[in-house]
Amino acid sequence: MPKTLGKIRPHLTQDEQLLFELSSPGKKGYQLPALDVPEVDPASALGSENVRAAIEHFPEVSEVEVIRHFTRLSTWNYGIDLGLFPLGSCTMKYNPRINEAVARTEGLAWAHPYQPEALSQGAMEVVAILEQYLGEIFGMDAVTLQPAAGAHGEYTGIMLVRAYLEAQGNPRKKVLVPDSAHGTNPATAFMAGYDVQTLKSNDSGMVDPAVLAAAVNEDVAALMVTNPNTVGVFEENIVQIAGIMHEKGAQVYMDGANLNALVGIARPGDFGVDVLHSNLHKTFSTPHGGGGPGAGAVGVRSHLEPFLPTPRLRRDGELWAWDYDRPQSIGRVRAFYGNFGVLVRALAYILAHGGEGLRNATIDALLNANYIRARLEEHYQIAYNARSMHECVFSDVRQEKQGVRTGDIAKRLIDYGFHPYTVSFPLIVHGALMIEPTETEPKAELDAFCDALIAIAREIEADPETVKKAPHMTRTSRVDEVAAARKPKVRWTPQA
Amino acid sequence: MLAACGLQSVEDLYNHLPDEVLLKRPLAIPDGLSEYEIAAWFKDQAARNANGCASFLGAGVYSHYRPVLCDVVVSRGEFLTSYTPYQAEFAQGTLTSIFEFQTMICQLTGMEVANASMYDGSTAVPEAAMMAARITGRHRFLAAANLHPEYREVLDTAARNARLEVDAFGYDAESGRFDLAALEAKLDSSVACVIVQSPNFFGVIEDVKAAAEIAHKHGALLVVVFTEAVSLGLLEPPRDADIVVGELQSFAISPSYGGPFAGIIATREKYMRQIPGRLVGETKDADGHRAFCLTLSTREQHIRREKATSNICTNQALIALMATVFMSVYGKQGLRELASQNLAKAHYLASGLDLPFSGPFFNEFVVNPRGRTPEEANAALLEKQIVGGLPLGRFFPELSGSLLLCATEMSRRADMDAVKEVLL
Amino acid sequence: MTYPENFRYTKEHEWVSVEGDTGTVGITFHAQKELGDIVYVDLPKPGTQVEVGKTFGSVESVKAVSDIYSPVSGEVTEANSLLAEAPEKLNEDPHGAAWLVKIRLANPGDVGALLSAADYAAYIGE
Repeated sequence: MPKTLGKIRPHLTQDEQLLFELSSPGKKGYQLPALDVPEVDPASALGSENVRAAIEHFPEVSEVEVIRHFTRLSTWNYGIDLGLFPLGSCTMKYNPRINEAVARTEGLAWAHPYQPEALSQGAMEVVAILEQYLGEIFGMDAVTLQPAAGAHGEYTGIMLVRAYLEAQGNPRKKVLVPDSAHGTNPATAFMAGYDVQTLKSNDSGMVDPAVLAAAVNEDVAALMVTNPNTVGVFEENIVQIAGIMHEKGAQVYMDGANLNALVGIARPGDFGVDVLHSNLHKTFSTPHGGGGPGAGAVGVRSHLEPFLPTPRLRRDGELWAWDYDRPQSIGRVRAFYGNFGVLVRALAYILAHGGEGLRNATIDALLNANYIRARLEEHYQIAYNARSMHECVFSDVRQEKQGVRTGDIAKRLIDYGFHPYTVSFPLIVHGALMIEPTETEPKAELDAFCDALIAIAREIEADPETVKKAPHMTRTSRVDEVAAARKPKVRWTPQA
Repeated sequence: MLAACGLQSVEDLYNHLPDEVLLKRPLAIPDGLSEYEIAAWFKDQAARNANGCASFLGAGVYSHYRPVLCDVVVSRGEFLTSYTPYQAEFAQGTLTSIFEFQTMICQLTGMEVANASMYDGSTAVPEAAMMAARITGRHRFLAAANLHPEYREVLDTAARNARLEVDAFGYDAESGRFDLAALEAKLDSSVACVIVQSPNFFGVIEDVKAAAEIAHKHGALLVVVFTEAVSLGLLEPPRDADIVVGELQSFAISPSYGGPFAGIIATREKYMRQIPGRLVGETKDADGHRAFCLTLSTREQHIRREKATSNICTNQALIALMATVFMSVYGKQGLRELASQNLAKAHYLASGLDLPFSGPFFNEFVVNPRGRTPEEANAALLEKQIVGGLPLGRFFPELSGSLLLCATEMSRRADMDAVKEVLL
Repeated sequence: MTYPENFRYTKEHEWVSVEGDTGTVGITFHAQKELGDIVYVDLPKPGTQVEVGKTFGSVESVKAVSDIYSPVSGEVTEANSLLAEAPEKLNEDPHGAAWLVKIRLANPGDVGALLSAADYAAYIGE
């Protein structure tokens, strides 16, 4: 193997066993203070039938082994801190460390959710201000911050639609979902008790108003639309689409996964959306952390406000109070008040940028995506000719002729030191390569990324096998997912 | 860069949008602040919260000491700024740690399969109930009245939307445990699962075995919920359960005004394909080395769409990692010693007080303040810089004279003596 | 690939082979090839009533799930236990050892409406 490839040079990583294999009896990595009260015998306090024996095979390791273990593991990962992370529709932007610092502020991090409201005013103020700013960004009349993640926000949003329609006398039966939508949309609609009807996209990858109009009737509760949609294109007929829905008494739900393309430029509430969710771990820079925690803010127009989950913040004289008396509410969607620690981080991001800074970030995100598109269009087939917003989607049709698919190109990109783009999504694009750079990236990183994809396109012409067997430069070579699924082994057990 | 895109100005990036959708004014959000100003602003907000007080609040959120290593590990950019590990070759760090997490959750709970974590304990309850409904083909859930009331509310919301029914069964006013006869009276062939919490919301340890026997007799599954994970260091795990659901906040996760936390869901191997959420499995790479990857993904929304087990996309990877480090630092011996200290502190605090329930408790218990209402008692404690317990009248009108108190290894004897003085 | 002459086929890529009043049902070589490495097969329990054209189970690869549509109506008498242990057999021998279920046919005449081997091969363009 070559010693360098693009920006990559190999370096040594440490091998490491699992904690259970590192363990030996009696090793420990903790200290507890001496007990300042009398000891209590567990068997007599709890009943011997309620006291467990030692936890079999639970780790027994020293402190230095713990830190080395997890540090070694960390070096097998890739993160935004290491470079461009172009996952389309995932908005992998820089996670400012000031966010982490303020989330650890003593009086916030250690605030108990049941401490008296009079002693929680600072935490409640954080929630109130974030609700206000997000409402302004969304163009919405009210915002709830209770949902724990994007999918949870989606679920909350569709429950709001159902509650509203129920209050009108008929919850209706169906939710319309474009064929380009993320899989959570149909899954969510189904969980909320709706049948799902798929809408075929038009030649530009957009919702076709004529197809929509033919599908909408008194049975349709809502349309779930992503805008910009999953091919990175702004739904240019969105106002007309909303009109078609509203005329039949149906609601427009917007999946805010791609909100990073709109902040400061256009507001969903202004183009006819009734309810949307936004993943704070995308547009508002809270860390993905390898898959959570996130937070799913939900914004609504005023007609849906009475149905928002309990509790809601309300002003009680000079103080904030939680209002649990909300007779039309859909109820509680999560214990306590949402992922507060994530909310703190998102608010820190908004405070750091200010209104103008947020708009500038959007413009940079659009510019970066269009720059990548311009550089790669000659080498990869763009999926749709419509103008790109914050991401661009290519198809692998040219590379497929050499037997190389998008998944192979993705693995080869790893060899060049980049996390892959989103592979094979959206489903309406044949062998999709979905690329979202975000505003984070400097031009040099974008160029290195484009150079890598161009180099791979050339490799595919000259030597497709190298690409098909990638990655070659990683510590772990291609992982056998088939074997994992055929005989699932989802926990460690001692060898017999 | 604009020229490379064939554009004249930055406006060209978005002026293809219909004019009527464009925002023609600046966002009404103040100008950006410097790092120093942001830190100062949040410090000001924090100062308006309870600060420097001792606290005896539990009720699903517990104050435990967080070993320094937990924060050190989760602050590493390779963990903090990585994504869901779809690209296994490039994410073995996250995948390996999740595999260890799943293993430790199985060891703790006595189950055979645990997923990569859920949003939190409260939202994991309806996920477990839906799972039971899929397995049994039944549509009714029976939840113990002493299940965390906010968990119950979350279950009610989800069930209402899925056209499923939730019914409660009462607790025994003497022991504080669920009422076995009341449960039996409500069980029939429409019940998908029985949901009990242990230690329950009152802190009392339940008779899980009895619940399992009676549920299984009627063909229902038993779902056991825990909110205080530290209790599993000492308590017999709910081995007779079919599904175990819990909250891991106690494992190094700061109370953070209620979140983010991490929930768990664990079950028997035979129900593995019905478990919602992410699962990591062991396999090999092309060179024959042990490797890990996400597996059984066909259960999930991105493949099965409306037929998925849940719409959940993520786990709480970073929080689960923190809990994994916590479990590694304490380990087999430490978790037991930590739990023993909690037991000792709570029993010291409880001694001599008026406890309405006789059932065994771990680190939380219900108390009736003598000669004062719970609110008066809390007000008296606050004068001593102590946040007292949770007045229960808000959730249980029949317990409007009671407080729920919690002591952990962090509770100091002097503060506990001050509490006893007020409540005695 | 040759498709056995004595089987009948559906456009959803199932086959059925009839002996007396029992039909043995499987998926075709073409179907398993399209799916790729099969990792799990979900089959109905004996006693389940199935109906022609309705789904009775599913076949999973790592990243796809495909429903199985019954080519005939009747009652499932046996599900192939081999597939629970070794789903990969469905890739190796889809027309033989890796049959899915045996069905007691409600109307043995049903199969007459299905495709012949030649028609099926033409349908998939082979």
